[in-house]
Amino acid sequence: MTWSDVIYLLPEVIITIGACLLLLAPVSGFRSTGSTAKWTMLVLLAMTAGSIFACSYLVENIDQTRMFASMFALDAFSIFFKLLFVVTIGMVVLLSDDFFRGSRYSPWEYYSLLAFALCGMMFMASGIHLAAIYVGLELMSLSSYILAGYYKNEQKSTEAAMKYFVLGAVSSAILLYGISLIYGVTGTLNLTGIARQMSTLVTNDALMFGIMMLAAGLCFKIAAVPFHVWTPDVYEGAPTPITAFLSTASKAAAFAIFARIFYVGIHHFRLDWQYVLAVIAALSMIVGNFAAITQDNVKRMLAYSSIGHAGYVLMGILAVSEMGLYGILVYSVVYVFATLGIWATVLVLERGEYAGEQVNDFNGLYKRAPYWAFAMIVFLLSLGGIPPTAGFIGKYFLFYAAVEAGFGWLAIIAVLMSAVSMFFYFRLVMAMYLKEGREATLPATNSLRFVAAVALIVTLLFGVLPSPLIDTARDSGRWVATRSAALVNGR
Amino acid sequence: MDHILNIITYIPLVGALLILFFVNKSNAHAIRFMATAVAVIDFLVSLVLWFNFDPNKLWQFEFKVPWIPSLGVDYHFGVDGIAILLILMTTFMGIIAIVSSYSAIHHREKEYYTLLLMLQTGMIGTFCALDFFLFYVFWEIMLVPMYFIIGIWGGARKLYAAIKFFLYTLAGSVLMLLSILALFFFNDGGIPFLNIAGLNNPATFSVLQFHEVGRLIPPDLQFWIFLGFFFGFAIKVPMFPFHTWLPDAHVEAPTAGSIILAAVLLKMGTYGFVRFALPILPDGTRQMLIPIAVLSVIGIIYGAFVSLVQKDMKKLVAYSSVSHLGFVMLGMFALNPMGIKGSVLQMINHGISTGALFLLVGMIYERRHTRMIADYGGIAKQMPMYAALFLIAALSSMGLPALNGFIGEFTILLGAANSTAYGTIAYAVFAAVGIVLGAAYLLWLYQRVFWGPLDNPANATLKDVNGRELGLMVALVVLMIWIGVYPKPLFDFIEKPVDYIVRKVDPGYFEKGPVTYPATPAAPAAHSEVAAK
Repeated sequence: MTWSDVIYLLPEVIITIGACLLLLAPVSGFRSTGSTAKWTMLVLLAMTAGSIFACSYLVENIDQTRMFASMFALDAFSIFFKLLFVVTIGMVVLLSDDFFRGSRYSPWEYYSLLAFALCGMMFMASGIHLAAIYVGLELMSLSSYILAGYYKNEQKSTEAAMKYFVLGAVSSAILLYGISLIYGVTGTLNLTGIARQMSTLVTNDALMFGIMMLAAGLCFKIAAVPFHVWTPDVYEGAPTPITAFLSTASKAAAFAIFARIFYVGIHHFRLDWQYVLAVIAALSMIVGNFAAITQDNVKRMLAYSSIGHAGYVLMGILAVSEMGLYGILVYSVVYVFATLGIWATVLVLERGEYAGEQVNDFNGLYKRAPYWAFAMIVFLLSLGGIPPTAGFIGKYFLFYAAVEAGFGWLAIIAVLMSAVSMFFYFRLVMAMYLKEGREATLPATNSLRFVAAVALIVTLLFGVLPSPLIDTARDSGRWVATRSAALVNGR
Repeated sequence: MDHILNIITYIPLVGALLILFFVNKSNAHAIRFMATAVAVIDFLVSLVLWFNFDPNKLWQFEFKVPWIPSLGVDYHFGVDGIAILLILMTTFMGIIAIVSSYSAIHHREKEYYTLLLMLQTGMIGTFCALDFFLFYVFWEIMLVPMYFIIGIWGGARKLYAAIKFFLYTLAGSVLMLLSILALFFFNDGGIPFLNIAGLNNPATFSVLQFHEVGRLIPPDLQFWIFLGFFFGFAIKVPMFPFHTWLPDAHVEAPTAGSIILAAVLLKMGTYGFVRFALPILPDGTRQMLIPIAVLSVIGIIYGAFVSLVQKDMKKLVAYSSVSHLGFVMLGMFALNPMGIKGSVLQMINHGISTGALFLLVGMIYERRHTRMIADYGGIAKQMPMYAALFLIAALSSMGLPALNGFIGEFTILLGAANSTAYGTIAYAVFAAVGIVLGAAYLLWLYQRVFWGPLDNPANATLKDVNGRELGLMVALVVLMIWIGVYPKPLFDFIEKPVDYIVRKVDPGYFEKGPVTYPATPAAPAAHSEVAAK
């Protein structure tokens, strides 16, 4: 390790210092209620994004440059996700704007926690060592637990935080236990080291147990069945911008480490774990989408739908193929933006006299806010995977990967479940366009409009002209993909 | 000329956007005018295809640029005679649908005409696409506008009907997507896990490429791929037993929605079979031949019987569609030129005749706000012109000689009777029963609605058709008579494509010597791949 490597940590350093400053600002008596906190946070994010770009030019080998005793890597894969996280957190900050205006909760600690979570996610994206990944994951998770309970005087929020924390802690323990078993067998925590060791091993129970524990812990983070029960309650109880955060950035980060660990680290035993993940994926899609049908609360509906989406992404992970990995990258982008757009719409409704949480609150939205209603349709179609929205491209990759990997039955379940998912997505469309609602103008703010507009442009643009997104995903994922599979099928 | 298909496809979309952004929603008159103008322009432009058609070439007016190179997806448009006829019908029925809506739609007109035009773009694009990915995109794009047309302007159970239509079609089409993927894999590199060797051709979704390599696919796999297509297309057709969404959708949809649904959307399914399933998967076609023929015949007879007992005129016409589309499927799977020609022609005929019937039912519904047959009786006295037009449309639908339906059904029966693929005339015989039943339900409907005493006082003040309605119907009647008397120009259009399809699905067909239609079917053993296996 050389000290010059520290330069590559610049984004993490910046965001950590920034997070500390945000935390200290109110302590030192600086407690402005205006939008100072928001702008500070946005500037901080801009600096982080800039430094990520700078690092991507500084690094000598973009495919994989390892540092700090091979704990931390700066590669195209991590840069892709780091940028996605920064943009997503930026969107969440905009969603949270005026959430604190006139409320008794301080924005400073809130933004500070978001910044810490971002720092954790960036370490997750860059970690190539199970310990580093775990520390990043914990940093993100602990910040998320607090954020979920940020409305500490509200019962639902506190309840959500409590549930999230207890279950999350247990799952972390399981994850850690899995890591320790893998360490016990292979003698290393470095992903490439693990891969090397494993290729000399035959299947053994301790290892399988370790891998399953690892998978269980990660499945909790991405909310896959049967580790999903926390999701609806937490999504419902948490403040809506935090729900947006949990369902986008936090999930994408979990996808990133899931993919990296399983592609780079333990792909050797894929024939053993593929079927387990396939069953989990199938259950997630079936349970998530069918349970979502029965929900009248939009936040719970989207929680169940996000369980279904975790199932789709799992198809990309279990495929262990180039298309699978590119699919995960493409789908993360597509899913994050469509979901952010939906939360922006929900927040607009929450600002008005509506609670914004019931499907009925969307009644007649087309009349009061035609542009919002139209954008909402695009987001829902994208989540449902209907062309010409970007969601179709994302799903296409994942279906492709599943079929290519020989999981035709899983692909059949997946396509049928995406048809089922249209049933509840279209409940919202039905409410917005086919039912009449109250006549009240929607008090949209510019930040919410901005988030929705960005999400809409991304969703439509990458739906019609997906090539830039696909090429970026391809460039970013190539190293990880080829690493795991020079690979599985020699293609 | 390279861009002609793009122009035809996107004129309606551009028109829709113009209406959306530049016309005030309270100005219904301007909206209607704009929508009609766009539809008429689109139709006139599409006539270019008719006049510049080259009967000696198969694929024409092609336009191809890379779209998503990393996935092997091209933006590839191109049409043959079959697609041209269907596009012309789409643009023509688009005008009919829009003009017929003037008096039927009185709220949210801006959205209504915008959606109709967007739907138009989706439909034309589907017929133009020669790249499977592109085809799928357009295929799905059609769903959303139709969902709204049924869901917003529909009848009492519109929400149920709209979502049912949407989900049924979507469920079928996602399975079709998997079949498309399987074709892609086979052409590209195979699926090692399933021990399916591929051809290592460059990755592509080109339909023409699949036409070439499809028959190399092992028969087992062809069966599964065909099954995926079958679900996608058979639900759309709809074939018995996948037809249950159709009566709901038709009954609840506004008149224009029903016209478009019957005339064009149902043809998507049959078009899919004739364009993709048959030429690409000859073995799959053969394996599914008998089930499909049986389902078609069941559909013909079941649809006719159910029509017979309907109390609602619109539902009657809807079920008659199930019956008529059974004919189309039966002719197509005869796998001989006669059957497929009749099938393609019947697609057009059904669009015109059933479109006309829906239009007529819509007219009287606007006047009386009921479609129950029992509420009418003897209205021929009150509306003589309407009665005459209805009679022509009904006769055309039931297949009276000198009208269009006869040509199509007759050709189909001839093809089915002589089909070596079926090997028996039983299907044709049962289908002929369907024609008789067709005459029964339509004439009985006519008798109950138009003849007898005018005993319901509410009908005593009915007004006969006005100029606009008359114009629409005359246009349709002219087409019916023209196709009925002189169908040759249409046959010229489909001659070569049908020849191509038969060669693909049954490569040995023309080697058996001159094409004759023997009175008794030839022994199946003499016949190509059945024997080869």
